[in-house]
Amino acid sequence: AMGGSASLIPRDLLAEYQELTFLSKQEILLAYKKFSELLPKEERESACSARVPKSQILTLPELRANPFRHRICHVFSTSEGGDDSMSFEDFLDMLSVFSDSATSDIKSHYAFRIFDFDNDGTLDWKDLEQLVNCLTGQGEESRLSSEEMEQLIKNILEESDIDKDGTINISEFQHVVSRSPDFASSFKIVL
Amino acid sequence: DGSDENEEGSAAENEETVKGTGRKRATPRTRRGRARGRDRHGDEEDEDDEDGTRRAGHRRHRNRRRGRAAGNEASDSDMEPAKARKNQANQKSKEEEEEEDDEKGGKSGKGKNEKKVDKKADKKGKKEKANKKKKDKKKSGSGSDSESEEEPITEEELAKLKEEVEEKKKLIATLRNKPWKMKKKLSVLKEAQLFVEKFEGALGKGKGKKFYAYKVMMTKKWMKFQRDFENFKTACIPWEMKIKEIESHFGSSVASYFIFLRWMYGINMILFGLTFGLVMVPEALMGKPYGSLPRKTVPRAEEATAMNFATLWDFSGFAQYSVLFYGYYNNQRTIGWLKFRMPLSYFLVGVGSIGYSFMIVTRTMAKNANDDGGGDDTSFNFSWKMFTSWDYLIGNPETADNKFASITTSFKEAIVEEQESRKEENIHLTRFLRVLANFLALCTLAGSGYLIFFVVRRSQQFALEGLENYGWWERNEVNTVMSLLGMFCPTLFDVISSLENYHPRIALRWQLGRIFALFLGNLYTFIIALMDEINLKARYFLSFTMLEEEKIVKYNMTIWEASLYNGTIPENSTAPPIQVDPADVPRGPCWETMVGQEFVRLTVSDMMTTYITILIGDFLRAVFVRFFNYCWCWDLEYGFPSYSEFDISGNVLGLIFNQGMIWMGSFYAPCLPAINVFRLHTSMYLQCWAVMCCNVPQERVFKASRSNNFYMAMLLFILFLSTLPAVYTIVSIPPSFDCGPFSGKTRMYEVISETLEHDFPSWFGKVFGYASNPGLILPFILLMVLSLYYLNATSKSYKEANLELKKKLQ
Repeated sequence: AMGGSASLIPRDLLAEYQELTFLSKQEILLAYKKFSELLPKEERESACSARVPKSQILTLPELRANPFRHRICHVFSTSEGGDDSMSFEDFLDMLSVFSDSATSDIKSHYAFRIFDFDNDGTLDWKDLEQLVNCLTGQGEESRLSSEEMEQLIKNILEESDIDKDGTINISEFQHVVSRSPDFASSFKIVL
Repeated sequence: DGSDENEEGSAAENEETVKGTGRKRATPRTRRGRARGRDRHGDEEDEDDEDGTRRAGHRRHRNRRRGRAAGNEASDSDMEPAKARKNQANQKSKEEEEEEDDEKGGKSGKGKNEKKVDKKADKKGKKEKANKKKKDKKKSGSGSDSESEEEPITEEELAKLKEEVEEKKKLIATLRNKPWKMKKKLSVLKEAQLFVEKFEGALGKGKGKKFYAYKVMMTKKWMKFQRDFENFKTACIPWEMKIKEIESHFGSSVASYFIFLRWMYGINMILFGLTFGLVMVPEALMGKPYGSLPRKTVPRAEEATAMNFATLWDFSGFAQYSVLFYGYYNNQRTIGWLKFRMPLSYFLVGVGSIGYSFMIVTRTMAKNANDDGGGDDTSFNFSWKMFTSWDYLIGNPETADNKFASITTSFKEAIVEEQESRKEENIHLTRFLRVLANFLALCTLAGSGYLIFFVVRRSQQFALEGLENYGWWERNEVNTVMSLLGMFCPTLFDVISSLENYHPRIALRWQLGRIFALFLGNLYTFIIALMDEINLKARYFLSFTMLEEEKIVKYNMTIWEASLYNGTIPENSTAPPIQVDPADVPRGPCWETMVGQEFVRLTVSDMMTTYITILIGDFLRAVFVRFFNYCWCWDLEYGFPSYSEFDISGNVLGLIFNQGMIWMGSFYAPCLPAINVFRLHTSMYLQCWAVMCCNVPQERVFKASRSNNFYMAMLLFILFLSTLPAVYTIVSIPPSFDCGPFSGKTRMYEVISETLEHDFPSWFGKVFGYASNPGLILPFILLMVLSLYYLNATSKSYKEANLELKKKLQ
């Protein structure tokens, strides 16, 4: 299976992917294999140009349990129709950012985009609220009460909002997150 | 910084095209002028113009593209000269990079399609070159400015072209750092590669063309080789899939133990390679075979039981008189046709293993310290909980649920803590309880130390009376007791710590500290007791051997007298050849082998204890809980005993102390690294299986990363402590006269001076003699202390500067 998939990505394209992502050759080939398994049988030959619908991507075990899986698909998808389907190159992009060797810079850049639920370029109160709800799980009893939520978001803004405009922009976010020793090791997905 | 430039830029937005108006216009030029340095004045005007139009076009285009970035209307032209000011290598922001690409990508004035591959680069080449110059800080151009523009390719233009090519290459190398979509990256890459290919050939014109082309080809081949090697290295890393599975089920903290285990395995492999390849194999192949010398033969008395499994398991009998232990080695200076210097090799491998271990532990610590960044910063407590607490490696829904619960708990706790941070608790009660807890912990430590001492003394008694009279327990008492203590005391400490009521992270530190003290105390008590035993035995055997030596001498004399009567042996022969079987020769005490044996036995019993604990404590318990749950009064899975969690800190400490024992003992028993490699290998498989099969994800999920350097620091400390006994024996205790590669010398390190005498030219010995003069060494030590102090002071000042900058940011 691995040998077969190697022949399906043209060699120069494979070299370019290695150049442009943080993935090694084996990782790219493994990604290709996993990606083509998500496609229906007829489309597997042209996996390089096919698009996989979001529902299929979310069946991957690495994404299945992740509370941010929808945001991840949205951020990395280049689909014009807004259906968040991913092509193979989008998939590689995603794996490259989440790989072990990616720099903290690029990880924090994409983390910011993932947490920005309304896509407006800043993390405002609503974004933070949605973020907390994602993190506390789906059950009703595990959610924070509104006072706790308010207190929490106030504390966060106090810590991270340097220019005190009530929102966190990307440089403030990167400043906060780059100081964390846990960030790079937790922001990781490996196939 | 960025915002400042933006404001400037937006103010001067559409005034570019007007030449020379306004202050804003003047400053960019002067800045550019400064950056360019040697630029010819004439050219500037033209370029400004075209730059202006091009920049305007780009800016409009960029604005369309960056609809999302709120408020950043123009990140533009004034960025460019400002860029020239900043150090190119260090401070390129993302926006600058994109703009640079815009400039490179769209050559035509109103370039909408920045991705267009510029096939007409030649025509615009000159303008592009000049453009690039504005951004360059490093001037590696040629010196001669005197060339006129008439010549088609001047040296200066050649240099400019070279710089551009270098820039393109750098761009290609850093492309993966850019947060762009793959399509854009691919097109930029293709275009940059085409540019490089096209101009690299052109650059070759002029002197040294062939050499340049050759250099280019070699660089390409070297990069390809490097990439292939990286791929190969990644493929070589063992157990990657196993660890990944564990990560997805248990999160990164449990997986960090296995990653640590794998790292230890690597170190042990290297140590094994050293001892096996340079010590055991040469002696086995080129040294005298078994049975040729007294030290290499099983004594007559033990011959009968030498091959029994029990003896072998105990590492006596044939195992003792083999390359596995110190005593087997002969003190011949060179062996075999290779003239392999065995004693020197033994000594150097011992010292080299320690040196290598120090180097690699320190290097890993330094690397971790870099990653740690600011260290224990609590100023972003909530933000970090929010943004970095989710572990993206989790792929298992059950683990995810646990993680959700733990995150919720941690949020709630943090909020409560924040609110009640000023509340005064009943400090007196807390203090009393903490003092009590520490007292109890000290008692436990003292108790365990005494127990070990007592047990070692007892085993000494048994040994004197002959081990055959006692059963399994007496023979293995010491090892079993040490392993059991190591198993139960930490649980005891856990119970004691519940009195203390600390924050969980602080409680974990106390726990780790106490377990550390426990293991250390045990190890050192063991060694002290062992040393006592050795001394005792040495004195006993020494007196015994004296008698035997006398006997031999008397034997010699009787033979000699007998031969005198025969008259066949000349009178002044010193040692008439007596055909005594080596097995019959009485042996001197070989305390090194004994020490080695003790360490090997300890390692083996530790290994057995760990495996049995896993099998009983985890596996049987899980089986019991699973199958007896149906017929039990209370819910076994939620109440007591439930499934066990994976104890990260206990396992890591066990690993560290195991390694400490290896370091201590490998000088006396070259087989120890081999045994440890085997142990770690099987441990990996057994523990991976046990974790996946019998353990449940932890309820309180701790990030192990902050403790990483703590474990490394402990490892370093243990390494230091482990080498002390070996160093002490090398320097102060005379080696056994009858066994080992250093027999016959007064001190072990004399092998070095012996080698210097025989194998090196005489001046070398003199130089070494001068170098080891205390008059030279003391100033050297002084110099090292001073440089340490200086480096410490500089690092402190850097930290302070850091803090200042941080404050300024806020």
